[in-house]
Amino acid sequence: MMRTYAGHSTAKASNELYRRNLAKGQTGLSVAFDLPTQTGYDPDDELARGEVGKVGVPISHRGDMSALMDGIPLEEMNTSMTINATAAWLLALYIVAAEDQGVAQQALQGTTQNDIIKEFLARGTYAFPPAASMRLIADMIAYTVEHVPKWNPINICSYHLQEAGATPVQEIAYAMSNAIAVLDAARERVEAAHSSDNGTRGAEAQELMEQVFGRISFFVNAGVRFIEEHAKLRAMSVLWEELGRERYGVQDPRRLRFRYGVQVNSLGLTEAQPENNVQRIVLEALAVTLGRDTRARAIQLPAWNEALGLPRPWDQQWSLRIQQVLAYETDILEYPDIFEGSIVMDGLVGELLHGARAEMAVVAEHGGAVEAVAYMKGALVDSHRERLRRIEAGEQVVVGQNRYTESEVSPLTADAEGGILVVDPAIEAQQIEHLRSWRSQRDQPAVDAALAELAEAAAAKGGEQNLMVATIAAARAGATTGEWSRTLRDVFGSYRAPTGVGEASAAPPDADLSELREEVMRLQEKLGRRPKILVGKPGLDGHSNGAEQIAVRARDAGMDVVYEGIRLTPAQIAASALQEGVHVIGLSILSGSHRELIPAVIDALREAGVQAPVVVGGIIPEQDVAALREAGVAAVYTPKDFDITRIMRDIVELVGAEAPVPVAGSVASVNGSA
Amino acid sequence: MSGAPRPTGTRPEGVGPSGLGAHGVGAALGARLRDGDLSAAPAVLNLLESTTAQDRREAAALLAEVSPAALGGEAPGQVIGVTGPPGAGKSTLLSALLRAWRAEGQSVAMLAVDPSSRRSGGSLLGDRARIEFDPADRETFIRSTSAGERLGGLAWATRAAAHALAAAFDVVVIETVGVGQAETEVADVADTVAVVVQPGSGDVLQFYKAGIMEIPDVLVVTKADLGTIAMRTRRDVGAALRSLGSTSTSVVAVSSLAPAQGIEELIAALREHGAGADRAERRLRARRANALADYAHEHGERGLRALGGRLAAEQLLRSQDPQLDTAALVAALVAALERSAGER
Repeated sequence: MMRTYAGHSTAKASNELYRRNLAKGQTGLSVAFDLPTQTGYDPDDELARGEVGKVGVPISHRGDMSALMDGIPLEEMNTSMTINATAAWLLALYIVAAEDQGVAQQALQGTTQNDIIKEFLARGTYAFPPAASMRLIADMIAYTVEHVPKWNPINICSYHLQEAGATPVQEIAYAMSNAIAVLDAARERVEAAHSSDNGTRGAEAQELMEQVFGRISFFVNAGVRFIEEHAKLRAMSVLWEELGRERYGVQDPRRLRFRYGVQVNSLGLTEAQPENNVQRIVLEALAVTLGRDTRARAIQLPAWNEALGLPRPWDQQWSLRIQQVLAYETDILEYPDIFEGSIVMDGLVGELLHGARAEMAVVAEHGGAVEAVAYMKGALVDSHRERLRRIEAGEQVVVGQNRYTESEVSPLTADAEGGILVVDPAIEAQQIEHLRSWRSQRDQPAVDAALAELAEAAAAKGGEQNLMVATIAAARAGATTGEWSRTLRDVFGSYRAPTGVGEASAAPPDADLSELREEVMRLQEKLGRRPKILVGKPGLDGHSNGAEQIAVRARDAGMDVVYEGIRLTPAQIAASALQEGVHVIGLSILSGSHRELIPAVIDALREAGVQAPVVVGGIIPEQDVAALREAGVAAVYTPKDFDITRIMRDIVELVGAEAPVPVAGSVASVNGSA
Repeated sequence: MSGAPRPTGTRPEGVGPSGLGAHGVGAALGARLRDGDLSAAPAVLNLLESTTAQDRREAAALLAEVSPAALGGEAPGQVIGVTGPPGAGKSTLLSALLRAWRAEGQSVAMLAVDPSSRRSGGSLLGDRARIEFDPADRETFIRSTSAGERLGGLAWATRAAAHALAAAFDVVVIETVGVGQAETEVADVADTVAVVVQPGSGDVLQFYKAGIMEIPDVLVVTKADLGTIAMRTRRDVGAALRSLGSTSTSVVAVSSLAPAQGIEELIAALREHGAGADRAERRLRARRANALADYAHEHGERGLRALGGRLAAEQLLRSQDPQLDTAALVAALVAALERSAGER
């Protein structure tokens, strides 16, 4: 199946895009939701500011979902939704939209990503605490197996683990451990549901459990070391079959098959000489297609310009064409498994299996994937740091970035927008208006009653009431994404995932870093205090790898680092900067919301009386840099600035330049304004 | 202020307690704290953490403004030390406590102390991200500090800040990581020490039995939602403490997860201890211990020998006015050192 991950601006605009893509030969839909929808906020929520319609489509209620799927026959469509914390809600909206088309839920086909552990580890769009999140997943599995039998309720993702720096061994081990946590939770639910005392209950529960196992699919990553990546997939399929047979007693070979979709690696895509990303994407696609026995069922290829900003329809067409050339022009699909009998491949697979089993044992020792989130997060931050160190030191070659960097002027990025899609900032206001009119026109008492029932079902002991039932009722009544999430947050409590940076071990000795430490020490003497930096991510974007690496490197350089993590409002950042007395503030944004959020943060800081300089990192298009500097940003770093030690040196210099005012002087100014 | 004997040389010229040179930055900040101005807190910490000579002088002036002598008694806020091993659930517990205290209208300052990285001297102050707070709330102050280079003690700034902030905030929390050493250090500055353990931490019991850890004022068993295992831990800890002859330690089981349990009981236990403990006596002891530590840090073993040894130094401290702040007590020791040098 061929898809492109798509959606932006509004339901209507995305619907038009889907219809165009389907007309071009795409065979399924892959829906990208915007961050407020993914994290359970309505467009008018304070946290949604700047994020509405940015990285995907905003879906607030059944009306939006119907508009998104308008004219697309849902009984035929296979729809993959990249949705996790709010997966139950979006599936409910999809079921209701299908009802509107006269399509029964039994006929629906598709996948909800619904993998919360990797959200805690890597992607950051969680909404509820771990136990409540696992219950939602188990409820969805139990519901879909019975009522939406062709739906894949969960896609265990190793994709994002690699993006967060996972080695192949870590990717395999953490994905499998994650699957075990999900399956164990589902088994508990299945056994509870079939505990009525009759003779066949054991057999029924076992049959249902085998169905559940057969519906679990994976979403993996493929990097540019494509031979090793292929071996990784073979290793995963061995482990999966083993797990099915031994832990869950599955016998049917069809149900034991390791089924996966893939999005190839984005982490390795560069901003420098972005045209090189095309050949990287092609090679990565080979990793998941070369051997027939472990070929991907669905492939999504990223666009060549992902490291620059949001891809345009033309960029996505290019990615689709890569797949079509591979499938229809080459002979790749004509042979049986070409690695069968390969001693080299078998050896590689064996090595990965050995490493993965050892790492799975460590996770099990922590009490399973849910309990081991902090451990795994720390391990990923460590691996990612090692990867960056190798690139900085030139040990790992990245063509166009740390070697062969000279380049002719690229015609691809020459147009006014720099070769990317820019979402109209007016969309946010339109969506808010649209949402308010929806709220004013619906049957409010019905919504209130449905939400009250949802709260009651959520408060009931796990397993007693399946949350999907109350969720679908709320969707039908016209509740909004933010209302559904708030109702559950009120019952479950909110949660912040471990950041991993505290667990990261100290850096190995390195000449560059020692020199930097001396500079930091000199600055410390000048300041009277150790230089203190606040690192945080405003907005809803949960891709925290970059911010984490900056935090760890600043610590290694000898600074005091206040790492605030993700999902911060401008007011939170300002309050923390003031209370912590930091000398510099580092903000990271990858979702494209920098034009709205960064100036808002700076305003909040200055209003609080914090004069410390602000530096920004992330996916910031060249043409936005001037506007950010005008708003008061001291420096902007983008993916092409891969040398973090050099960024640190800049920051130390920046603080030094701002530092002639001794501490007591700054006290006086705060005092004066009080 | 009474005419308490105050050794000269504790303050630079022109930076005295209220009145003389009150326009000095440190004295002004101290006066703001004394007036209950919570917005002074960030600048107070910036100053107390600074090591430049000028800032140190200003810091001394600040502390003099909030000394028992200047306040006419001990600072009214309760200083609570919260310590426990990593993973025991301290941050979640502190979020719940913060919410409950704020609901009662108590102003709260939290000083989160993180261990520094030995190799680089840098530190990751990650706890802040884990404590939920309302950024618009002007009566909550959270500050993270690294433990610093100094071995065997909380950073000087943390101790000084706890004392200073207690003049303005109703509750001052010092959060530290670890058991054993960390808890002993906190006991030297806090009015009430709470140790946080999670269910199944038998090692902590062993520490008590072996006398490695001092008995805390309040012992908190977290994750009460785990049910029987938490209850068993609570019972075991309680029995062990009684067998060690402790009758005053409250043992409270809490669950910070929604629906929270035991938070009210814990707040009551902390308050009860704060009201019952002889706070003045405990703070006086702490000031003397801190003064001795500061002096020893500055002048070393040789400095102690010059005073006739540690016991003699303690004796000398006990003879000072009980209303003197730590800096003034250090100055008394230094004066004695200078006298002994003059005699030789």
